[in-house]
Amino acid sequence: MATSLALYSTLEFAANPGRPVTAAEIAAKYGVSLHHLSKVLADLARAGLLDSVRGVGGGYRFAGNPKRLTLLDVIELFEQTVESGNGNGERNEVETALAQVLSEIDEITKATFGSITIETMLKLVEKHRNAGSPVAEKMQR
Amino acid sequence: MTSADLKDTTAIVIRPVEAADLGQVIAIDAESTGIQKTDYWYELFHRFGTGHSRQRLFLVAESEGTIQGFIIGEVRDWEFGSPSCGWVFAIDVRPGARLAGLGTKLFDSICAGFRHAGVDTVRTQVSRDNNLMLSFVRSQGMMAAPVITLEMSLD
Repeated sequence: MATSLALYSTLEFAANPGRPVTAAEIAAKYGVSLHHLSKVLADLARAGLLDSVRGVGGGYRFAGNPKRLTLLDVIELFEQTVESGNGNGERNEVETALAQVLSEIDEITKATFGSITIETMLKLVEKHRNAGSPVAEKMQR
Repeated sequence: MTSADLKDTTAIVIRPVEAADLGQVIAIDAESTGIQKTDYWYELFHRFGTGHSRQRLFLVAESEGTIQGFIIGEVRDWEFGSPSCGWVFAIDVRPGARLAGLGTKLFDSICAGFRHAGVDTVRTQVSRDNNLMLSFVRSQGMMAAPVITLEMSLD
Protein backbone atom coordinates (compact mmCIF):
# COMPACT_ATOMS: atom_id res chain seq x y z
CA MET A 1 0.00 0.00 0.00
CA ALA A 2 2.78 2.44 0.94
CA THR A 3 4.51 1.76 -2.40
CA SER A 4 1.36 2.46 -4.41
CA LEU A 5 0.75 5.66 -2.46
CA ALA A 6 4.37 6.71 -3.05
CA LEU A 7 4.07 6.13 -6.80
CA TYR A 8 0.75 7.97 -7.09
CA SER A 9 2.07 10.84 -4.97
CA THR A 10 5.37 11.14 -6.83
CA LEU A 11 3.52 11.34 -10.15
CA GLU A 12 1.07 13.83 -8.70
CA PHE A 13 3.85 16.14 -7.45
CA ALA A 14 5.93 15.76 -10.61
CA ALA A 15 2.91 16.66 -12.72
CA ASN A 16 2.67 19.94 -10.78
CA PRO A 17 6.29 21.15 -10.57
CA GLY A 18 6.71 24.23 -8.45
CA ARG A 19 3.19 24.13 -7.02
CA PRO A 20 2.90 23.05 -3.40
CA VAL A 21 0.38 20.23 -3.02
CA THR A 22 -1.00 19.20 0.36
CA ALA A 23 -1.33 15.66 1.66
CA ALA A 24 -5.05 16.35 2.20
CA GLU A 25 -5.44 17.22 -1.48
CA ILE A 26 -3.92 13.92 -2.63
CA ALA A 27 -5.74 11.88 0.05
CA ALA A 28 -9.07 13.32 -1.07
CA LYS A 29 -8.30 12.79 -4.75
CA TYR A 30 -7.39 9.12 -4.38
CA GLY A 31 -9.69 8.35 -1.43
CA VAL A 32 -6.87 7.18 0.86
CA SER A 33 -6.09 7.61 4.54
CA LEU A 34 -4.52 11.02 5.26
CA HIS A 35 -2.63 9.53 8.21
CA HIS A 36 -1.07 6.79 6.08
CA LEU A 37 -0.32 9.16 3.19
CA SER A 38 1.38 11.69 5.50
CA LYS A 39 3.87 9.03 6.59
CA VAL A 40 4.61 8.14 2.97
CA LEU A 41 5.14 11.80 2.03
CA ALA A 42 7.48 12.27 4.98
CA ASP A 43 9.53 9.31 3.72
CA LEU A 44 9.64 10.78 0.20
CA ALA A 45 10.78 14.11 1.66
CA ARG A 46 13.48 12.39 3.72
CA ALA A 47 14.70 10.74 0.51
CA GLY A 48 14.98 14.18 -1.12
CA LEU A 49 12.18 13.68 -3.62
CA LEU A 50 9.90 16.28 -2.01
CA ASP A 51 10.53 19.67 -0.41
CA SER A 52 8.36 20.72 2.48
CA VAL A 53 6.72 24.13 1.98
CA ARG A 54 5.62 25.77 5.22
CA GLY A 55 2.89 28.32 5.91
CA VAL A 56 -0.41 29.14 4.26
CA GLY A 57 -0.62 27.36 0.93
CA GLY A 58 2.12 25.03 2.09
CA GLY A 59 2.47 21.33 1.50
CA TYR A 60 5.09 19.52 -0.50
CA ARG A 61 6.77 20.31 -3.80
CA PHE A 62 8.52 17.88 -6.16
CA ALA A 63 12.31 18.06 -5.75
CA GLY A 64 13.44 15.11 -7.88
CA ASN A 65 14.72 14.99 -11.44
CA PRO A 66 11.87 13.55 -13.53
CA LYS A 67 14.25 12.66 -16.36
CA ARG A 68 16.40 10.52 -14.05
CA LEU A 69 14.10 9.28 -11.28
CA THR A 70 12.68 5.85 -12.12
CA LEU A 71 9.75 3.90 -10.73
CA LEU A 72 12.28 1.47 -9.26
CA ASP A 73 13.98 4.30 -7.33
CA VAL A 74 10.65 5.10 -5.66
CA ILE A 75 9.73 1.45 -5.07
CA GLU A 76 13.07 0.69 -3.45
CA LEU A 77 12.43 3.37 -0.83
CA PHE A 78 9.55 1.27 0.47
CA GLU A 79 10.34 -2.31 -0.49
CA GLN A 80 13.36 -4.52 -0.34
CA THR A 81 13.84 -5.75 -3.90
CA VAL A 82 14.92 -9.34 -4.32
CA GLU A 83 18.45 -9.86 -5.55
CA SER A 84 18.86 -12.48 -8.25
CA GLY A 85 21.04 -15.43 -7.45
CA ASN A 86 20.95 -18.74 -5.66
CA GLY A 87 20.08 -17.34 -2.25
CA ASN A 88 21.28 -18.67 1.07
CA GLY A 89 21.53 -22.26 2.09
CA GLU A 90 21.33 -25.47 0.15
CA ARG A 91 18.41 -26.15 -2.17
CA ASN A 92 17.18 -29.34 -3.69
CA GLU A 93 16.64 -29.55 -7.45
CA VAL A 94 12.96 -28.56 -7.26
CA GLU A 95 13.72 -25.47 -5.21
CA THR A 96 16.60 -24.57 -7.54
CA ALA A 97 14.44 -24.93 -10.65
CA LEU A 98 11.63 -22.88 -9.15
CA ALA A 99 14.09 -20.24 -7.96
CA GLN A 100 15.43 -19.97 -11.51
CA VAL A 101 11.95 -19.20 -12.87
CA LEU A 102 11.19 -16.73 -10.06
CA SER A 103 14.54 -15.05 -10.65
CA GLU A 104 13.62 -14.62 -14.33
CA ILE A 105 10.41 -12.85 -13.31
CA ASP A 106 12.27 -10.66 -10.80
CA GLU A 107 14.84 -9.60 -13.37
CA ILE A 108 12.19 -8.64 -15.93
CA THR A 109 10.24 -6.74 -13.28
CA LYS A 110 13.33 -4.88 -12.14
CA ALA A 111 14.37 -4.01 -15.70
CA THR A 112 10.87 -2.69 -16.40
CA PHE A 113 10.56 -0.50 -13.30
CA GLY A 114 14.19 0.59 -13.60
CA SER A 115 13.80 1.85 -17.17
CA ILE A 116 10.64 3.90 -16.75
CA THR A 117 11.35 7.42 -15.55
CA ILE A 118 8.82 9.74 -13.98
CA GLU A 119 8.95 11.87 -17.13
CA THR A 120 8.12 8.81 -19.25
CA MET A 121 5.25 7.98 -16.89
CA LEU A 122 3.88 11.53 -17.18
CA LYS A 123 3.92 11.17 -20.99
CA LEU A 124 2.03 7.89 -20.63
CA VAL A 125 -0.51 9.55 -18.33
CA GLU A 126 -0.94 12.32 -20.92
CA LYS A 127 -1.47 9.72 -23.64
CA HIS A 128 -4.22 8.03 -21.61
CA ARG A 129 -5.72 11.42 -20.80
CA ASN A 130 -5.95 12.22 -24.49
CA ALA A 131 -7.52 8.81 -25.06
CA GLY A 132 -10.10 9.59 -22.36
CA SER A 133 -8.92 7.28 -19.55
CA PRO A 134 -10.83 8.06 -16.30
CA VAL A 135 -7.68 7.39 -14.21
CA ALA A 136 -5.62 9.90 -16.20
CA GLU A 137 -8.41 12.44 -15.94
CA LYS A 138 -8.36 11.94 -12.18
CA MET A 139 -4.68 12.94 -12.13
CA GLN A 140 -5.50 16.13 -14.05
CA ARG A 141 -8.08 17.30 -11.51
CA MET B 1 31.33 18.98 -30.12
CA THR B 2 29.42 18.55 -26.88
CA SER B 3 25.72 18.37 -26.09
CA ALA B 4 25.96 22.01 -25.00
CA ASP B 5 26.92 22.89 -28.59
CA LEU B 6 23.99 20.87 -29.88
CA LYS B 7 21.19 22.60 -28.00
CA ASP B 8 19.94 23.89 -31.33
CA THR B 9 19.11 20.59 -32.96
CA THR B 10 17.58 22.38 -35.95
CA ALA B 11 21.18 22.52 -37.24
CA ILE B 12 21.14 18.72 -37.35
CA VAL B 13 20.29 17.03 -40.62
CA ILE B 14 18.94 13.48 -40.61
CA ARG B 15 19.70 11.83 -43.96
CA PRO B 16 20.49 8.43 -45.49
CA VAL B 17 24.03 7.24 -44.82
CA GLU B 18 26.69 7.70 -47.51
CA ALA B 19 29.84 5.65 -48.03
CA ALA B 20 31.96 8.59 -46.84
CA ASP B 21 30.16 8.52 -43.44
CA LEU B 22 31.15 4.95 -42.60
CA GLY B 23 34.45 5.80 -40.92
CA GLN B 24 32.67 8.04 -38.42
CA VAL B 25 29.83 5.53 -37.91
CA ILE B 26 32.39 2.81 -37.16
CA ALA B 27 34.17 5.12 -34.72
CA ILE B 28 30.93 5.98 -32.87
CA ASP B 29 30.09 2.28 -32.54
CA ALA B 30 33.63 1.39 -31.47
CA GLU B 31 33.57 4.09 -28.79
CA SER B 32 30.36 2.66 -27.34
CA THR B 33 31.08 -1.05 -27.66
CA GLY B 34 34.86 -1.11 -27.46
CA ILE B 35 34.97 -3.29 -30.58
CA GLN B 36 36.07 -2.09 -34.03
CA LYS B 37 33.79 -4.01 -36.45
CA THR B 38 34.83 -2.58 -39.82
CA ASP B 39 33.79 -5.55 -42.00
CA TYR B 40 30.43 -5.79 -40.24
CA TRP B 41 29.67 -2.10 -40.93
CA TYR B 42 30.64 -2.30 -44.60
CA GLU B 43 28.37 -5.33 -44.94
CA LEU B 44 25.53 -3.41 -43.27
CA PHE B 45 26.14 -0.47 -45.58
CA HIS B 46 25.79 -2.68 -48.64
CA ARG B 47 22.56 -4.22 -47.31
CA PHE B 48 20.92 -1.13 -45.83
CA GLY B 49 22.74 1.94 -47.01
CA THR B 50 22.14 2.01 -50.72
CA GLY B 51 18.73 3.65 -50.39
CA HIS B 52 17.19 1.38 -53.01
CA SER B 53 14.59 -0.09 -50.67
CA ARG B 54 11.85 1.59 -48.63
CA GLN B 55 12.01 -1.50 -46.39
CA ARG B 56 15.59 -0.87 -45.21
CA LEU B 57 16.75 2.34 -43.55
CA PHE B 58 20.23 3.42 -42.47
CA LEU B 59 20.10 7.06 -41.37
CA VAL B 60 22.73 9.38 -39.89
CA ALA B 61 22.52 12.64 -37.95
CA GLU B 62 24.96 15.17 -39.37
CA SER B 63 26.01 18.51 -37.96
CA GLU B 64 28.47 20.69 -39.91
CA GLY B 65 30.07 17.73 -41.61
CA THR B 66 30.32 15.60 -38.47
CA ILE B 67 28.27 12.44 -38.04
CA GLN B 68 26.80 12.60 -34.53
CA GLY B 69 24.72 9.44 -34.57
CA PHE B 70 22.99 6.79 -36.64
CA ILE B 71 19.99 4.48 -36.67
CA ILE B 72 19.33 1.33 -38.70
CA GLY B 73 16.15 -0.65 -39.19
CA GLU B 74 14.03 -2.57 -41.62
CA VAL B 75 10.50 -3.73 -42.24
CA ARG B 76 10.19 -7.45 -41.60
CA ASP B 77 7.23 -9.40 -42.92
CA TRP B 78 5.63 -12.23 -40.94
CA GLU B 79 8.66 -12.78 -38.76
CA PHE B 80 7.65 -15.30 -36.09
CA GLY B 81 4.10 -15.03 -37.46
CA SER B 82 3.88 -11.31 -36.77
CA PRO B 83 2.33 -8.96 -39.36
CA SER B 84 4.79 -6.58 -41.05
CA CYS B 85 6.40 -4.16 -38.66
CA GLY B 86 9.48 -1.97 -38.49
CA TRP B 87 12.45 -3.22 -36.50
CA VAL B 88 15.13 -0.91 -35.14
CA PHE B 89 18.26 -2.94 -34.56
CA ALA B 90 20.96 -0.31 -34.11
CA ILE B 91 21.01 3.23 -32.77
CA ASP B 92 23.84 5.24 -31.27
CA VAL B 93 24.82 8.85 -30.63
CA ARG B 94 28.30 10.14 -29.87
CA PRO B 95 28.62 10.24 -26.06
CA GLY B 96 29.51 13.95 -26.19
CA ALA B 97 26.41 14.75 -28.24
CA ARG B 98 23.85 12.96 -26.08
CA LEU B 99 21.05 14.62 -24.07
CA ALA B 100 20.35 17.05 -26.92
CA GLY B 101 17.46 15.17 -28.50
CA LEU B 102 19.46 13.59 -31.34
CA GLY B 103 18.35 10.06 -30.50
CA THR B 104 14.74 11.21 -30.55
CA LYS B 105 15.25 12.90 -33.95
CA LEU B 106 16.79 9.73 -35.37
CA PHE B 107 14.03 7.58 -33.89
CA ASP B 108 11.29 9.90 -35.21
CA SER B 109 12.89 9.84 -38.66
CA ILE B 110 13.06 6.07 -38.90
CA CYS B 111 9.47 5.81 -37.65
CA ALA B 112 8.44 8.21 -40.44
CA GLY B 113 10.29 5.93 -42.88
CA PHE B 114 8.47 2.89 -41.55
CA ARG B 115 5.11 4.66 -41.90
CA HIS B 116 6.07 5.56 -45.46
CA ALA B 117 6.77 1.86 -46.05
CA GLY B 118 3.23 1.08 -44.90
CA VAL B 119 3.66 -0.30 -41.37
CA ASP B 120 2.13 1.02 -38.17
CA THR B 121 4.21 -0.73 -35.50
CA VAL B 122 7.88 -0.41 -34.59
CA ARG B 123 9.80 -2.90 -32.46
CA THR B 124 13.26 -3.27 -31.06
CA GLN B 125 15.11 -5.62 -28.73
CA VAL B 126 17.22 -4.39 -25.83
CA SER B 127 19.26 -6.30 -23.28
CA ARG B 128 17.53 -5.99 -19.92
CA ASP B 129 20.90 -4.95 -18.43
CA ASN B 130 21.13 -1.98 -20.81
CA ASN B 131 19.28 0.53 -18.67
CA LEU B 132 20.39 3.53 -20.73
CA MET B 133 18.92 2.15 -23.96
CA LEU B 134 15.83 0.74 -22.22
CA SER B 135 15.11 4.14 -20.68
CA PHE B 136 15.59 5.82 -24.06
CA VAL B 137 13.17 3.58 -25.96
CA ARG B 138 10.68 3.78 -23.08
CA SER B 139 10.89 7.57 -23.26
CA GLN B 140 9.92 7.33 -26.93
CA GLY B 141 6.71 5.59 -25.88
CA MET B 142 7.72 1.97 -26.50
CA MET B 143 6.13 -0.66 -24.27
CA ALA B 144 6.77 -4.39 -23.92
CA ALA B 145 5.80 -6.20 -27.12
CA PRO B 146 3.46 -9.21 -27.01
CA VAL B 147 6.42 -11.52 -27.64
CA ILE B 148 9.06 -13.03 -25.38
CA THR B 149 12.59 -13.65 -26.57
CA LEU B 150 13.87 -17.02 -25.36
CA GLU B 151 17.26 -18.69 -25.58
CA MET B 152 19.14 -21.76 -24.37
CA SER B 153 22.74 -22.74 -24.17
CA LEU B 154 23.84 -25.31 -26.75
CA ASP B 155 26.75 -26.53 -24.62
